[in-house]
Amino acid sequence: MSVEAAMREKLMVELRPTRLDVINESELHAGHRSSPGTGESHFRILIVSEAFAGKSRVERHRMVNNVLSAEVGKKVHALALNAYAPGENGA
Amino acid sequence: MTAAHPDQQKVHDWIAKTIANNDVVLFMKGTAMGPQCGFSAQVAQMLAHLGVPYKDVNVLDDMGIRDGIKAFSNWPTIPQLYVKGEFIGGCDIVREMFQAGELHALIHDKGIAHTAHA
Repeated sequence: MSVEAAMREKLMVELRPTRLDVINESELHAGHRSSPGTGESHFRILIVSEAFAGKSRVERHRMVNNVLSAEVGKKVHALALNAYAPGENGA
Repeated sequence: MTAAHPDQQKVHDWIAKTIANNDVVLFMKGTAMGPQCGFSAQVAQMLAHLGVPYKDVNVLDDMGIRDGIKAFSNWPTIPQLYVKGEFIGGCDIVREMFQAGELHALIHDKGIAHTAHA
């Protein structure tokens, strides 16, 4: 399974998002000095979930990082993350 | 659980001391004057925009600190911003706060000298 599909599946199961965009931006960083060149290293995720309501930004990121602990900081070198509760700006 | 390796304890203590002794600390790839990663550069630029003095810690200089800060903060990526000993977040969080005016407010409320005016 691709890294993208694996992350998508875990987030769907664990956080039951009402919106989930997983965008592979690895190509944009292909020439980057520390880019591993795997094509699966840089991602952008926009996730909207009821689970984030009442949580701080740091808490939301930690929730996502925990779900994706097998990927982030390992195969996934950089993850740009926007995490919102339904109804918030950006959601 | 095994006891922490002595070197890990040393790194942990160094990080704790560094964030206690400096109002604003940015753990980054590269330096304030020469960032070596786009995400680190963005945070450095936002702090420069607010005119906030900060201590830059180049994690590329020390593998122990590079791994150690991730464990210390329970946060998997660099950069990491600390204000008054408190973990604020990485690039995305700092950018969101900057855009919402919350970063400036935080610096102001914590009584940290800076040159930008609200």
